[in-house]
Amino acid sequence: MKFGIVVFPGSNCDHDAYHVAKHIAGQEAVFLWHKTTDLEGVDAIILPGGFSYGDYLRAGAIARFSPIMKEIVRFAKAGGPVLGICNGFQILLESGLLPGALLRNESLNFVCKYVHIRVENTDSIFTRSLSRGQILRIPIAHGEGNYYADEETIRELEGNNLVVFRYSTDAGEVTRACNPNGSVNNIAGITHPTLNVLGMMPHPERCAEDILGSSDGLGIFQSLIRWYRSSAANAAKEEQCLET
Amino acid sequence: MKAEPEVNLELAKELGLTEEEFEKIIEFLGRVPNYTELGMYSVMWSEHCSYKNSIAMLKTLPRSGGPLLVSAGEENAGLVDIGDGWAVAFKIESHNHPSAIEPYQGAATGVGGILRDIFTMGARPIAILDSLRFGDINDDHVKYLVKGVVRGIGDYGNCFGVPTVGGETFFDRSYNANPLVNAMAIGLVRHNRTASATAKGAGNPVLIVGAATGRDGIHGATFASEEISEASEEKRPSVQVGDPFTEKLLMEATLEIIKEDLIVSIQDMGAAGITCSTTEMSAHGDSGMEIDLDLVPKREKGMTAYEILLSESQERMLVVVKKGCEKRVKEIFEKWDLPAVIIGHVTNDGFVIIRYEGEEKAVVPAKSLVLGGGAPVYHRESRRPAYLDETRKFNPDTVPVPPDMQDVFLALWESPNIAGKQWVFEQYDTSVRTNTVLYPGGDAAVVRVKETKKALAMSTDCNSRYVYLNPRIGAMIAVAEAARNVVCAGAKPLAITNCLNFGNPYKPEIFYQFKEAVLGIGEACRAFGTPVTGGNVSFYNENPTGAVYPTPVIGMVGLIDNPECIVPTGFQHEGDAIILLGRNREDLSASEYLAQVHGIVAGDAPYFDIEEELKLQAMTLDAIQTGLVCSAHDVSDGGLLVALAECCILNAAPIAAVVTIIDKMRRDALYFGESQSRIILSVHPPMVDELIRLAKMRGVPAAVIGTVGGSVLEINSDIAMPLDSISKAYSLSLPRLLK
Repeated sequence: MKFGIVVFPGSNCDHDAYHVAKHIAGQEAVFLWHKTTDLEGVDAIILPGGFSYGDYLRAGAIARFSPIMKEIVRFAKAGGPVLGICNGFQILLESGLLPGALLRNESLNFVCKYVHIRVENTDSIFTRSLSRGQILRIPIAHGEGNYYADEETIRELEGNNLVVFRYSTDAGEVTRACNPNGSVNNIAGITHPTLNVLGMMPHPERCAEDILGSSDGLGIFQSLIRWYRSSAANAAKEEQCLET
Repeated sequence: MKAEPEVNLELAKELGLTEEEFEKIIEFLGRVPNYTELGMYSVMWSEHCSYKNSIAMLKTLPRSGGPLLVSAGEENAGLVDIGDGWAVAFKIESHNHPSAIEPYQGAATGVGGILRDIFTMGARPIAILDSLRFGDINDDHVKYLVKGVVRGIGDYGNCFGVPTVGGETFFDRSYNANPLVNAMAIGLVRHNRTASATAKGAGNPVLIVGAATGRDGIHGATFASEEISEASEEKRPSVQVGDPFTEKLLMEATLEIIKEDLIVSIQDMGAAGITCSTTEMSAHGDSGMEIDLDLVPKREKGMTAYEILLSESQERMLVVVKKGCEKRVKEIFEKWDLPAVIIGHVTNDGFVIIRYEGEEKAVVPAKSLVLGGGAPVYHRESRRPAYLDETRKFNPDTVPVPPDMQDVFLALWESPNIAGKQWVFEQYDTSVRTNTVLYPGGDAAVVRVKETKKALAMSTDCNSRYVYLNPRIGAMIAVAEAARNVVCAGAKPLAITNCLNFGNPYKPEIFYQFKEAVLGIGEACRAFGTPVTGGNVSFYNENPTGAVYPTPVIGMVGLIDNPECIVPTGFQHEGDAIILLGRNREDLSASEYLAQVHGIVAGDAPYFDIEEELKLQAMTLDAIQTGLVCSAHDVSDGGLLVALAECCILNAAPIAAVVTIIDKMRRDALYFGESQSRIILSVHPPMVDELIRLAKMRGVPAAVIGTVGGSVLEINSDIAMPLDSISKAYSLSLPRLLK
């Protein structure tokens, strides 16, 4: 499987996503420069964290105008998997691939720490290797991660089971005290009805090795690989690759 | 255009030069300097750039040998070998004066400046640490400074994308109105990919790259060389403005041009801007430069030569490019949307010649301006301060032993210097780049190095109360504690960088503190085998009521060969034995307990014996490397009880302990004294005998003092506290105090 990691000038989690895709998950991975329109035949796109254009205006607000974003929207609409992490989630919202907005954290402070999230949806192609109700220990690092949407959008997200992750305690209780940023309904990640776009504030690429304190994030990469292999056409392609 | 002021002694004095220095300039030039030239000398000969009052003492430090690839002072930052063809560059620098006036930008640009020092060497920054000192936390202005500084550091480092993994935050009245903001950065570079700051090769083009030049930060270096006073508020325009996004682009482009081997040398522009970079690079290479200021990209119209030369606009570099490689360098900068403009070329006559608007604005011999060349060197007068006689008279018998030790413990535990600093470090991105193994809060931070299968431990330390009460021993303890902290994580101490924060060096009592502290650092560094890679001196840290505590901050880096032997600070498993290494001594001197509970700052520095310390550290490191140890934490500020309580909660899942310490000494000294050279280990029960044997063999006192487990911390019959209340008190105190 081939991962494409988009590099905006201010991306700073691009190398981390690449490291996990390539060296931990053992897949092919390439960087895609934001000024390009060639997705190089990748099977999945990661919009990594960082401060795409410095984010002095609003996180992700300028990145959506990058040449590559048009191609990514097309890729997503054709069913290709797109994972937006942190600033990548913000860009997904700005570009309309997912609904809602991310406001400044309720504390008005940047916050970086390990938190727990509960898996709510295992139908998305990013969570099929996880189990419903599973608790992941995962780092967050953001100043604008306070998920907000109008009531109707929230109803739709909740009604169609599109909330993928919720901040919770280590025992899986969803409480106000464990909500690190003020997000509506403790929402930490959401997907699209077509299940191939995931936006999340926590960083799965930062917890994919035990030495870093948790490897709970690896399941998201493994889910993508499983999805890829389950498609017969892809399996054939991979076999062909192995033969040659 | 306004006419330039007439150059005379009066003007020179206004710019911070002395009569003697003004005469010296005339001697170098063979004439009276013009206004622009006078400005150049005044910044280059400021304390900040010239180290004129400190360099003679700094030369007594061990600054080469051991793992050092580049000696201190030769390049922008020292280089230390970590094996496998890799080296680390690291350095610490102060941004105290700007942060006192404009905390957010002052702290942010402090981080920006130290990061540039690292990537100018060709090294990619992998970690930041911040050593902070503030005044009385109950003072509203101090709260404003704390919030601004922490946000400034966070916003810069977070956006740039380097984890901030450690540091210190200390509060004391002596830092009122004059906070200390010291930022340390560490970078990784291949041996053969380092960049130099030496301009060579007549005819090679000189480029300015990065941000455009504006009017910010003019005379920042001069401002940093004065005491802070009420008039300092007017110096706000001397504070630079940071842009971490541009810095990130600048780093990526800089590392690319170094990797492609397109350049001769490169230097970042911090203090004294174009003046400093052109003269220092020329002087190091025995060459000169011709520079045309008309070509410098500017942010505003109508800037004079003087302003352009002295501007300290951030995120800029001066690059000497190999002739013929200009086009490729420009292409790389264009990719990152940054300007790269040829503004001159290297010459071989030793002169820096500045032209602007068709005129020669300055013609100065490069060497005459720089440290190691013509910059003045002074040996200041030193006199033992009278206060030392008073503080040494301290008699502990006059201090009553409080009846309830648990009350004392709680008071200390919630005091700003002991309480948890989560409020600070949770505002920093600590996990970006996926290398952080041990996070802030413990003894040392640990960052793995993916390229080598090794890891680095790092720590900044200085208990300035100790240094105040005994400058020589206090400084030695700062080095010892920094080493002890990286040892506790399982690392061998490699080298240090130092940031020496003191008052006005023209006061003999202040210079005494400085001199003694430098001698202490030198002695300790020689004993530990950790040379000094470089650093920074910040004098004039005074406010109208006096000088700050002498604060020589030590930044230590240690190497971990086997990442499987990284040891955390906190207890790990139910049932593990708790072992105290080292000896408790009846010593209340200089303790946090005396200061916080009794309001007394007196006595000597705490008990310290360097031989004892060396034995303790060597034995601990052996025990860790042979896999005997589950956790290690040194006893420092707050003493034994604070250290034990920290062991219970500085881990992912807090766990309590039952401890019995038998000793006849007065209990407050046993529990809260800060005598040095003690470490608390936790060990699997089957390993206890072997550990005690090892300690005995190495001449280190060791005693089993308790067992890990349960949910209540019990110490003798004096303390019984539920874990939950210990954790809460620790984490909630600082945010409450800062409200």
